[in-house]
Amino acid sequence: MFNSIMVPVDLAHLDALEKPLTVAADMARHYNAQLCYVGVTTSQPSSVARTPEEYEQKLKTFAQEHAPDNGHQPTARVYNSHDPVTDLDDILLKAIDDVGADLVVMGTHLPHHIDAIMPANGSKVAAHSDVSVFLVRP
Amino acid sequence: MDNKPDNSPDTHEESVGVPAPEGAANLIDTDYKIGQDNYQASPMGVNIDLHGAVFSFSSLVVLAFVILTLALPDQAASWFDGAKNWINANMSWFLIGAANVFVILCLALIVSPLGKVRIGGAKAKPDFSYLGWFSMLFAAGMGVGLMFYGVSEPMSHYGTALGGISMGEDGARTDWAPLGAAADNPAAAYSLGMAATIFHWGLHPWAIYAIVALSLAIFAYNKGLPLTVRSMFYPLLGERIWGWPGHLIDILAVFATLFGLATSLGIGAQQAAAGLNHLFDVPGGNTTLVLLISAITAVAIVSIVLGVDKGVKRLSEMNMVLAFLLLMFVIFVGPTLLIATGFFKNLGSYFVELPFLSNPFGREDANFSQGWTTFYWAWWISWSPFVGMFIARVSRGRSVREFLTAVLLVPSTVSVLWMTAFGTTAIEQMKNGFEGATNADLPVKLFEVLSQMPLAEITSFIAIVLVIVFFVTSSDSGSLVIDTITAGGKIDAPKPQRVFWGVIEGAIAIALLVGGGLAALQSAAVAAGLPFTVVLLVGCYAIVKGLMSEPRGK
Repeated sequence: MFNSIMVPVDLAHLDALEKPLTVAADMARHYNAQLCYVGVTTSQPSSVARTPEEYEQKLKTFAQEHAPDNGHQPTARVYNSHDPVTDLDDILLKAIDDVGADLVVMGTHLPHHIDAIMPANGSKVAAHSDVSVFLVRP
Repeated sequence: MDNKPDNSPDTHEESVGVPAPEGAANLIDTDYKIGQDNYQASPMGVNIDLHGAVFSFSSLVVLAFVILTLALPDQAASWFDGAKNWINANMSWFLIGAANVFVILCLALIVSPLGKVRIGGAKAKPDFSYLGWFSMLFAAGMGVGLMFYGVSEPMSHYGTALGGISMGEDGARTDWAPLGAAADNPAAAYSLGMAATIFHWGLHPWAIYAIVALSLAIFAYNKGLPLTVRSMFYPLLGERIWGWPGHLIDILAVFATLFGLATSLGIGAQQAAAGLNHLFDVPGGNTTLVLLISAITAVAIVSIVLGVDKGVKRLSEMNMVLAFLLLMFVIFVGPTLLIATGFFKNLGSYFVELPFLSNPFGREDANFSQGWTTFYWAWWISWSPFVGMFIARVSRGRSVREFLTAVLLVPSTVSVLWMTAFGTTAIEQMKNGFEGATNADLPVKLFEVLSQMPLAEITSFIAIVLVIVFFVTSSDSGSLVIDTITAGGKIDAPKPQRVFWGVIEGAIAIALLVGGGLAALQSAAVAAGLPFTVVLLVGCYAIVKGLMSEPRGK
């Protein structure tokens, strides 16, 4: 049913990613789909990496470690953003096209009243994309 | 948005551990992890991510200062004025001398082999196009000052130079003319006045910004340290910058930025209000000012919520277009030929007078060199952490030579053209007997000059819009900078934090404007320029030290 699954990854908050990563890996096994991990970084040094190149290497290593052994090699894509806090949704939407994904599995937080003015990234991606989006709540 | 997707899908290659990044080969070896001292929480569903010490101390200091200036307006004003006057009288040589060091270092770096070093490593690609990049650094750096002083400063210097030298009883000069004045010689007074104006808006201010921006950029992009002011001190303090010495530097930077912005917001609101009053008879007074500041702050908040690409960059580009239109209008409708020839003549007289105007010692024109030059230098320097950090943020991928040319030479040339166009037009009107601008208050002078030209209503309206948008672009980039510093160098701290700082800026400006403490705080911001001069001198050392250890591109 799904051939290409995209998993947005925030390397700074790995603890919150366990569930979505497991779900993504299980689905990749079940549908024999390819997995693509997508990360967004900045030009400026961050808590994860001190240069964009270092970030890319870390994401690639991460992809190798977390992908299921289902015969498909996982891929990793890094996008550089001037302002990830505001551009994240647009970047993820662009990434869906670039990757050619037919399913997005991403973590999200519990719904909260603040979502009315600052919606969760997952909701925005689901609202603006025509592929299936699986939001995994903590 | 400048997305750079990774095009190589194969992850087969060995990627164990963290390999050295391409290009930026000289990361500083430190165990500090960006954000390790941060306080993260999620009260009421609002995420926050702050540097505990820097955020809490700078908010407390800011709050204490505002309460102090509002509770004891007279005493506070006299303290800050005292500090400012003491600096003007005693530290003038230091500020003027230091500014010369900055200019000389920047010019030397452009021609030296160090100019080949690329910010972000030899293979780094620029994050922004030339247009977007240049618009942002110009809008953040000068913007509204050009609107405020473009007419008034050439007129003042021309007038005082024409008035000649006058001596007080104690043998000190009481006139405000630059250098030896040019009594009763309009042509010489014009050249001297323009040279003095360009001096204050040319190489020196941009060199001040460039020093901060370049040292931050080198230590963030090439050395891997967080993008905050303390990183400049790494060559001097080493690992100690992660402790209290570093906290103090960052707090000082937040403080200077916040008060620099708040006072400018107040002054800008006054000019916009004066313009609205001139054009539409909108009543002046506190209500108008408060409404204006609220409106400017609201637009700035929308802009920071939209982010760098969709907010700050677009507004800056819009600003460039409007400013360019206004400049072209003044050039073509004003005395075109005089402006065209004046541009080259003024450039010439600027370079002829430069050694004398920038001489820090034995000045006889104390009123001018202390009241104007020192004041300006301290003012630019107090703005430098904010403008410098913002410029650094958008400058990855440029070579040092490219960077300095764009931050130093191009803006200086634009300033020369701007000042020549507005100054010549105003002085010509003055010579033709129009006294409206001469007698007007400082914020109204620009509108008086425009009123003598065709389509005055339209151009004045554009001028008001420009003043407002210039303030929005300063306010939004300032909020981003303060947010980054108080988040320990994190660019991606949660959105509500930047909104918080945007609101605080507006609130301080309103409180001080209504409470009457704006002038006092302006003095305080200028007084903050003195300690920051030391920061900048350290920055010079850091730049040279940092660049020496970098590989040079082709």
